[in-house]
Amino acid sequence: MSEVPSELRDEIPSFDSKPAHVDHGPIDWSGLTSIRTAKSALEIGSIVALAAAVFFGLEGILRWTDTPTYVFPKPIDIVRTLANQFTDVYAHHLWVTMSEFLAGYAIGATVGLALAALITQKPFAEKVIAPYVLVMVTMPMIAFVPFLRLKMGFGSWPLIIAVALAAGPMVMINAATGFRRTDLAKIALARSYGANTFQIFRKIRFPLALPMIIVGFMVGSIFGLLTAVGGEMVAASEEGGLGERLVYYSSLARMDEFGAIILIIAALGVSIYVLFYFIGKRWASWEA
Amino acid sequence: MVLITAPRTVQTPAKLRINGATKIYESKSGPVHALEDFSLDVREGELICILGPSGCGKTTLLWALSGLHALTRGEVALDGRPVTGPRPNELGMIFQDANLLPWRNLRQNIHFPFEIKRRPVPRQRITALLHETGLTGFDGSYPRELSGGMQQRASIVRALAQEPSVLLMDEPFGALDAFTRDEMNLLLLRLWSESAQTIVFVTHNISEAIFLGDRVVVMTPRPGRLARIYDIDLPRPRTIDMMFEPSFIELIQDIKRTVEAGGRHSVEVE
Repeated sequence: MSEVPSELRDEIPSFDSKPAHVDHGPIDWSGLTSIRTAKSALEIGSIVALAAAVFFGLEGILRWTDTPTYVFPKPIDIVRTLANQFTDVYAHHLWVTMSEFLAGYAIGATVGLALAALITQKPFAEKVIAPYVLVMVTMPMIAFVPFLRLKMGFGSWPLIIAVALAAGPMVMINAATGFRRTDLAKIALARSYGANTFQIFRKIRFPLALPMIIVGFMVGSIFGLLTAVGGEMVAASEEGGLGERLVYYSSLARMDEFGAIILIIAALGVSIYVLFYFIGKRWASWEA
Repeated sequence: MVLITAPRTVQTPAKLRINGATKIYESKSGPVHALEDFSLDVREGELICILGPSGCGKTTLLWALSGLHALTRGEVALDGRPVTGPRPNELGMIFQDANLLPWRNLRQNIHFPFEIKRRPVPRQRITALLHETGLTGFDGSYPRELSGGMQQRASIVRALAQEPSVLLMDEPFGALDAFTRDEMNLLLLRLWSESAQTIVFVTHNISEAIFLGDRVVVMTPRPGRLARIYDIDLPRPRTIDMMFEPSFIELIQDIKRTVEAGGRHSVEVE
């Protein structure tokens, strides 16, 4: 696509800007996708400069005030700890959290998407189910982890279930918003070629819903990650995990290591966000 | 001259026969008569324009012809067979806006009907049509990157690639500016002259209807009834200059009067 003059940018739908006509359900998360990538050297330079200022500024203040590590760890110490311990200790816990997250998310997202596709076909079913979905969206699923521990023992299943319960409704509520969009002219177009119901779903309804489905997947993954880490803080499996490490290191006031874990979690969250940003750019750039 | 020539209607039997078409929509404020006892024979190979004010049931009629909407009463027959559902192999439809799928590029949009029908894509024919409509080189572009005229040309390629024997066009150039509209009308006439297609063209633009049509069917305001059929004897190929000739302008005024008279008539009846 050719360069778009900045004064016209609002007129041209792209993944960068949120279009005005997007119809949304009770919870609209599409604002989360409106990241803008840096364009000029000045922008990139400013971003790097700010990051460096925060990093070294903090380091400087902590050294100057002679703050002990157990009060606030120094950024350079955190990075050094992370580099030294990553392969021996942290990689294992990262893997534990990731596997819980990925398994739960796969289950939750699949079920959420399927349910969204199903209920939007039947307005009656949607009306009946909607209140329960809302309850599930607003309920912190971390609360169920200790309960599930009691029932299911010390494996990873309680956390997988909690992640699925947190991610699923988020995927469902956004995907349902997408499936509820019906463009009658486009359905008529497909029907005029003799399309059957399944073809209309696959070739019209699904692509039409895809931008909102991707938003749902992204919000669901963020909630899933929060639930995985939070659940581990409450009641981890015997394998540990990043959340369990947070509680462990903070209880021993080992703040360098605590900071290193925080850094890993932050990197994980940002990676997930960036991943979905590019998925959206690739598969839904025609809109949202 | 004592040459005996049979009337044209006998030589070319009706391609589409509309018989007593009536459509009543149920709305919250009571039933709405969109179309009332409308009958018409469309001849094979003709370009017939259906003209009427907004809300006169033109689109309702066209959708009934396409088999997408059922009629309340009456019937439509294509080649003698009643139309009860979509007839994808015989009927092609061109919509008000281009109705391209925004997530597909032009080539994928044009292939879309063949995917649905699970038929091989006639690549040579599509290449020729793209060339003829001035879209060569744009087949990788997405609809939002193209002008309204280009989008509508792509939708014409999409319809013609399937070689339907009847093309139903629902105010296809209504959203375009006057210059683009003239250009599109000329393009349509050229494409039509190269084919044996029957075209039913719905419009609310009187000069467009006269310029394109072999016949212009004037409808009354709601409920849509047939007011009058005009035979247009302008020679072909038609040129834009014809639109400025006195006879053309007289015809416009005559049709305008018919539409208005039809409106009074329907007020009296109700």
